[in-house]
Amino acid sequence: MALQSLDIQRRSATTTPAPQARETTEIAKLIDVSACIGCKACQAACMEWNDVRDEVGNCTGVYDNPVDLTENSWTVMRFAEVEENGKLEWLIRKDGCMHCEDPGCLKACPSPGAIIQYSNGIVDFHQENCIGCGYCVTGCPFNVPRISKKDNKAYKCTLCSDRVAVGQAPACAKVCPTGAIQFGSKADMKDYADKRITDLKSRGYQQAGLYDPQGVGGTHVMYVLHHADRPQLYNNLPADPSISPTVALWKGVAKPLAMAALGLTALGSLFHYVMKGPNEVSKELEDEMERQAEAETEGERENAR
Amino acid sequence: MIRNPRDLQRYTASERANHWVVGICFILLALSGLAFFHPAFFPLVNLFGGGTWARILHPYIGVVMALFFLVMVVRFASLNTMAERDWEWVKRVGEMVNGDDHNMPVQGKYNGGQKLLFWGLVLSMLLITLSGVVMWRSWFSFSVGMVRTAVVVHAAAAAFMIGLIFVHVYAAIWTRGTIRAMLYGTVTRAWAKQHHRDWYRSMTGDKN
Ligand code: HEM
Ligand code: SF4
Repeated sequence: MALQSLDIQRRSATTTPAPQARETTEIAKLIDVSACIGCKACQAACMEWNDVRDEVGNCTGVYDNPVDLTENSWTVMRFAEVEENGKLEWLIRKDGCMHCEDPGCLKACPSPGAIIQYSNGIVDFHQENCIGCGYCVTGCPFNVPRISKKDNKAYKCTLCSDRVAVGQAPACAKVCPTGAIQFGSKADMKDYADKRITDLKSRGYQQAGLYDPQGVGGTHVMYVLHHADRPQLYNNLPADPSISPTVALWKGVAKPLAMAALGLTALGSLFHYVMKGPNEVSKELEDEMERQAEAETEGERENAR
Repeated sequence: MIRNPRDLQRYTASERANHWVVGICFILLALSGLAFFHPAFFPLVNLFGGGTWARILHPYIGVVMALFFLVMVVRFASLNTMAERDWEWVKRVGEMVNGDDHNMPVQGKYNGGQKLLFWGLVLSMLLITLSGVVMWRSWFSFSVGMVRTAVVVHAAAAAFMIGLIFVHVYAAIWTRGTIRAMLYGTVTRAWAKQHHRDWYRSMTGDKN
């Protein structure tokens, strides 16, 4: 969603500060995995509000449907069956963009304004500025952005930035029948999570906890997990996600270093020319060749005679 | 310019055309690539019809360059093997840069610096082509780990190659009488004798 320039905190491929006059409250969506029943109402609401429709796929033997995020499915329930303490546990995680405080997608993006972060924490793709290079995919530690085969633009969850902008909760939070998706200020969501975690601990989930990974500066989509010590159980949710070191190198020191090296080479050449002058062919050799040429024409004339 | 029958042929028409196809592709690739590399250069995408067009065109121009570059390598590789005197030349390049080439070792068609540059370009082009293919989402889908490595390799090798080309172009400008070799193919005898004496001898039969 565009046209909210005053609320923008960061903009891809932009080196000057964004307008910062206004400040908005930092928001977050809290997904309480322990309360999710896997009904997929959130998936349906997401399609409906955002007006995107995925292709009807095929059953692959699991409940995941569709089986992966796509340009039309910005959120997907991932079902994992794990055995804990001799009992089967059905861990259902609503996957989608985590709205990182330090977004790898935005850092990697080469196109100014194709990815922006609002001061409330939402990370949004502006497809009108997207060039389709796929760099955001390399930047994201959560494997979220998807490039459309139709238009080559990148798509992902917007956290319903259009709804949030007018004081509404995201569509998924609005429809969740069990209250597993909560939405509010990040501070409020942390308080709410604390209550849920205390409750879970009292029911024997000693390792219950909040997933707000600090490797990406925290996220604006957080999970309450019964097994916060092992996030991998939830369909490989990364335990300690961060922007890949290769991406950090590429978008960090490599840029100023390469520019300085190229700039110095160009300037060095110019000043070399100015100070040392060109490398001319010596007068001596030119005269020598002149004499040779004359001798040759002389010789030819002799022959002709 | 008046044609002097005594001038020496350094490049055939086909070699020159080959060089300029590579050169034009290189300039287009460097401009579009730098636009993706650093925000300061992003406006360069307008030369290509906008960001999306630059993104689409860049890899195809790359393929054209890679093919013509390969032909150049086949043509010139054997002329660029480093010999003892080439290393000697490289060791003493400081004197020449300082403006005095009187004591430089005698060189064949190419001097040690040109030969090193040639191999530097071959290495960068190889890395750039391989990594570029890995990054090319329109046709290939490699794992995210490979693409992450490829973008760094591509950007680093490209920056290195652009630096080498700056040196290449400057050397051609600095050494007067050189650019014509790549424009219409000939150089003067005096130029050849001063900079590439052994090549001059083999071309003219002159013993000096
Ligand atoms: C076979 C040859 C090549 C291929 C297949 C290729 C492919 C690519 C691709 C796919 C990208 C990502 C943007 C896009 O999708 O268009 C890219 C970026 C880039 N290319 Fe190439 N390329 C080639 C040759 C070159 C050459 C010769 C140069 C150097 C002048 C170059 C410089 C760059 C740079 C600087 C970037 C930006 C990297 C960054 O964002 O950090 N490329 N290339
Ligand atoms: S989860 Fe991925 S796409 Fe979402 S903000 Fe973080 S880096 Fe960007």
